[in-house]
Amino acid sequence: MVRFESVGLRYGGNGGQHPSPEVLHDISFELPEGMFCWLRGASGAGKTSLLRLMYLAVLPTSGRLTLLGADIGRTPRASLPHLRRRIGVVFQDFRLLAHLTAFENVALPLRLAGGAEAQIRADVTELLRWVGLGRKLHVLPRALSGGEQQRVAIARAVIARPRLLLADEPTGNMDEEQAERLMVLLRELNRIGTTVVVASHNDALMNRHPAAALRLEDGRLVRGA
Amino acid sequence: MKVPSASARASRSDELGLRRALSGWMLPLLVAAMALLAALSMAGWVGSTALSRQWHEGAGAALTVQVPRPMEPAVKPEGTRLAAAVALLSAARGVASVHVLTDAELAELLRPWLGDSAGQLALPMPAVVAVKLKGAAVDLGALGRTLEESAPGTMLEDHGVWMRRLSALAFGLQACAMLALVLVCGIAIAVISVATRAGLAARRDAIEIVHGLGATDGFIAGRFARRAMLLAASGGLVGGLAAIPMFVALAAFAAPFADNARPAMSVQDLLAALPLPLWGCIGALPAVAAAIGFATAQMTVRRWLRHLP
Repeated sequence: MVRFESVGLRYGGNGGQHPSPEVLHDISFELPEGMFCWLRGASGAGKTSLLRLMYLAVLPTSGRLTLLGADIGRTPRASLPHLRRRIGVVFQDFRLLAHLTAFENVALPLRLAGGAEAQIRADVTELLRWVGLGRKLHVLPRALSGGEQQRVAIARAVIARPRLLLADEPTGNMDEEQAERLMVLLRELNRIGTTVVVASHNDALMNRHPAAALRLEDGRLVRGA
Repeated sequence: MKVPSASARASRSDELGLRRALSGWMLPLLVAAMALLAALSMAGWVGSTALSRQWHEGAGAALTVQVPRPMEPAVKPEGTRLAAAVALLSAARGVASVHVLTDAELAELLRPWLGDSAGQLALPMPAVVAVKLKGAAVDLGALGRTLEESAPGTMLEDHGVWMRRLSALAFGLQACAMLALVLVCGIAIAVISVATRAGLAARRDAIEIVHGLGATDGFIAGRFARRAMLLAASGGLVGGLAAIPMFVALAAFAAPFADNARPAMSVQDLLAALPLPLWGCIGALPAVAAAIGFATAQMTVRRWLRHLP
């Protein structure tokens, strides 16, 4: 499902006379399909950079990355969008499109994948009702509370039934109850086969939901975490 | 289920929020100005082409032949020198008509120099033959030699020097018009490219989000191209409409020189007198502007997107 082999990442690439410092060094691990995995580490350890590699926002500058069976270094750029559509991402800052309604934000992944409009309407409406936003389908994000925006972001990440779901500090802006509800949702998605990776530094949450973990320190993977 | 509102339907096709990023009147206004300049360049092209054609059909399709001592016998065939010249001219390939100017017509030609008494002067006048040519090229060298053998001293004037100069002038005007058109297109491309880059900078976050959700380069470039096409087309339409009164004004200035000139022509007459290519130009401006907008935005966005993985 996800395999890192001596992967390094340097923003701005390796080119130029003064390349930027490497933010991830010699990362190697493998996540089998259907796994739930915590990604631990202090702020600045490289969790977000590792997730960015996993959702193809950046490409490795060294090593080999295999995602969903595709060797990214050998995959043509034109094929990457199709891979991205099979990866869902929940961002800490939600990253909703401010000019689109909750419905349009959630429908976007399906429309990009070329789904039928009638099916999209039914699926998005059902999912938004399920996350408790059935009355706010056509409301813009700025008119939603932080928790509601979070639920829209989660709905957008899971609407296309991704095979890999990544979450970057998803509970950072939530109270304990909301965080627990989100964990139940992520666990449920994992139970039906989605591989889930959650970056967090919330030890209490991780202790309540024990699972395999990767620990990063200064851009390096620490064994035995 | 609630039917999505018009604004919801509109936002469905504006995932990147380009109605705000590429909005306002600046781009359509600049494209309208470019379209107006393009229309005026086309008017210059059409006008110089029409002038060139008129010159070729007028002076270029005529010969003047002067036969001195017209009533004296020709060397061959038998008869007067004038009759021999007329017979040779009439039989020549490419000649449409031959007309020997009458004394009255000659006097009329000479009036500016010799006054009303031109016809009564006892000057030894040559006969003047006006020859009209038709499409096929006439071998003037061979015709001149034949006339010289039959009626020595006969002069054949083909207006060649003037025609070459006028043709060069017409070609120069056409080249200037074409250069102006190319420049206008170049500036329009630059303007649309700059506006697109501004849109890319303004919507960078939205582009990165949509790109991360699996949008292809074609999808993102297509959204920009559609917006740029719409704005450029509206500018082209405004520019084309603004060109019409200018064309009418130009037609009013040119009307006195036209073959079918009338003392006072109405606006409707002037509009009807506009050459068909100019109407075609006005009709094509929005489409051409749209095509330039579409292609420029596509190329600009696709090049920019290469920076994303």
